[in-house]
Amino acid sequence: MQLSVPSDRQAFTRDAYGDALAELGARRPEVVVLDADLSGSTKTSVFGKKFPERFFNVGVSEADLMCTASGLARSGKIPYASTFAVFGAGKAWEMIRQAIAYPGLRVRIVLSHAGVTVGEDGASHQMLEDLALMRALPGMTVIVPADAAETRQAVLGTVDVPGPVYIRLSRNKTPVFLPDSYEFRLGRATVLRDGSDVSLIACGQLVYPALLAADLLQRDGIRARVLNMSTLKPLDREAVQACAQETGRIVTLEEHNIYGGLAEAVARALVETHPAPLHAIAVQDRFGLSGTADELLDYFGFTPQKIADETRKFLKATPA
Amino acid sequence: MNLRAPQPVDTAPSRAADALSAEDIRELRRGAYELRKDVVTMVYKAKSGHPGGALGHLDVLWTLFARVLRHDPKNPKWPDRDRFVLSNGHTCPGLYSVLARCGYFPREDLWTFRKLGSHLQGHTSSKHTPGVETDGGSLGLGLSQGKGMALAARLDGRPTRVYVLMSDGEQQEGQPWEAAMGAAHFKLDNLCGIIDYNRIQIDGPLPKIKEIEPLADKYRAFGWEVFEVDGHDIARIHDAFVRCRKVRGRPQIVIARVIPGRGVSFMENDYKWHHGSPTPDQYSKAMEELDAAIRSF
Ligand SMILES: Cc1ncc(C[n+]2csc(CCOP(=O)(O)OP(=O)(O)O)c2C)c(N)n1
Repeated sequence: MQLSVPSDRQAFTRDAYGDALAELGARRPEVVVLDADLSGSTKTSVFGKKFPERFFNVGVSEADLMCTASGLARSGKIPYASTFAVFGAGKAWEMIRQAIAYPGLRVRIVLSHAGVTVGEDGASHQMLEDLALMRALPGMTVIVPADAAETRQAVLGTVDVPGPVYIRLSRNKTPVFLPDSYEFRLGRATVLRDGSDVSLIACGQLVYPALLAADLLQRDGIRARVLNMSTLKPLDREAVQACAQETGRIVTLEEHNIYGGLAEAVARALVETHPAPLHAIAVQDRFGLSGTADELLDYFGFTPQKIADETRKFLKATPA
Repeated sequence: MNLRAPQPVDTAPSRAADALSAEDIRELRRGAYELRKDVVTMVYKAKSGHPGGALGHLDVLWTLFARVLRHDPKNPKWPDRDRFVLSNGHTCPGLYSVLARCGYFPREDLWTFRKLGSHLQGHTSSKHTPGVETDGGSLGLGLSQGKGMALAARLDGRPTRVYVLMSDGEQQEGQPWEAAMGAAHFKLDNLCGIIDYNRIQIDGPLPKIKEIEPLADKYRAFGWEVFEVDGHDIARIHDAFVRCRKVRGRPQIVIARVIPGRGVSFMENDYKWHHGSPTPDQYSKAMEELDAAIRSF
């Protein structure tokens, strides 16, 4: 697979979202978009400008946002509801549960500004629990695209999924590195780099530093496999099992609290298929704090160097 | 329940002994403009943050902290203190500048705002900052928390009054209205809300996104005593707080009409300055304008 690593191109996943919505809107008249006073940030404004009659800004009202989307879905529309991850998945969780997940409605919940890379706004805005909250909802599909190109594919590729879908996006610009040939497949992980000593299973914007960490490990003769696990639910259990069988040890990487996200999803798949040692690189059960996105990626151990160091330590502690 | 329809309130300054002198008013006005300089400098140095709301409500906030609130910066946890809850936590540069001026922490700390390791987080954090009573960032949560504090003060027989500053955009949430209904039900006359009524929000002018008028009527209908003031008229702001303190049996709300970005011409009334950091040129211009205003008082 021809990856652009290192990549000299960066883009916002939320820009890709706005553009994908505009593209969808032109093709699918039943697509409607809702936002809660953050349309400039989530980029739903791109759709809003093109299709003002199918765009609803409900104001600072996230509960209302989700339930209005529910009503639209019940009446044959395909609503995309967006705000920041903390307010959509957090504040409006119970509305999503009762009015979207329980009836199994085709609402697409696309939330931006997840993770510590929100930066200076601080802990209140750095959503680190959304994957746990969304995974816990029966029937909810959970997707964390790795870059802007995958975001576009994930948005366009899930429009006809029958139940609710959650797509998690970031605030910051991130490298665009997946090859042109890359194909997003719902529920399928992609091996971006093969290796036999350890598997780095990552999602979202940590896939790219995982690839750079694999380069660093290579210098020490450690061959790391790198997986893009962009669908957290349903999880690609066969891919996890293959990692365990073929590389023995697993490292997971996610910009999320250590509880309830990728690490636990992978851990269960491992225990149920082919038990193997796992080390989770995640936020260690704490809240975030103010700082720049890059400072915080370093602070929380998400840089290639720190990922490589952690992985080496883990491999030493758990000899093959 | 007292079902009497609330009477319209005369908002002219009272001649009561607790009215401010002309010198007081001049001093407060000057103080609020000095704090505006701190706010602009904070978001300039931080390269991000929310100046619009803070600049708009500083006359109200400074009057409250300097002349109304019973608090002790040397003893931030004094159990009998009045409480100030910032529900629209994004406007914290205003509160931080006020807290520094009161002596809760050194003014130099303001320049660390939003930086890694600072105790001045991008949104208010009670764990991090002395004098900060709650944790902001998610709109709509403040009035309920203030209500809890007011209930506790009543239970404990304390003289504490609780002031909750909310934004107008925040009134679009459901929770302020849940809290408003509850505070009237519990007859919390030790609870005073303040609305930062600047008519802007993130995506545009508030009436273009979702109108909240008639706001005063809404709070009246919910059983609150309502005071509407020009939020840049220090005498009337102070007078409204004095009147609030005298209300018995119901919570009070001060709807303060303010100009967002007040004092910096290019920020005034422009929703785009809800958040944003000035360029070096804009920063110099803002400081010149604020200095000129201070000299004129
Ligand atoms: C629950 C919640 N939803 C959304 C946001 C994002 N947000 C921050 S400020 C704001 C609205 C701004 O309106 P207002 O508070 O009146 O703004 P200001 O007058 O300070 O410019 C929004 C939607 C938030 N902080 N909390």
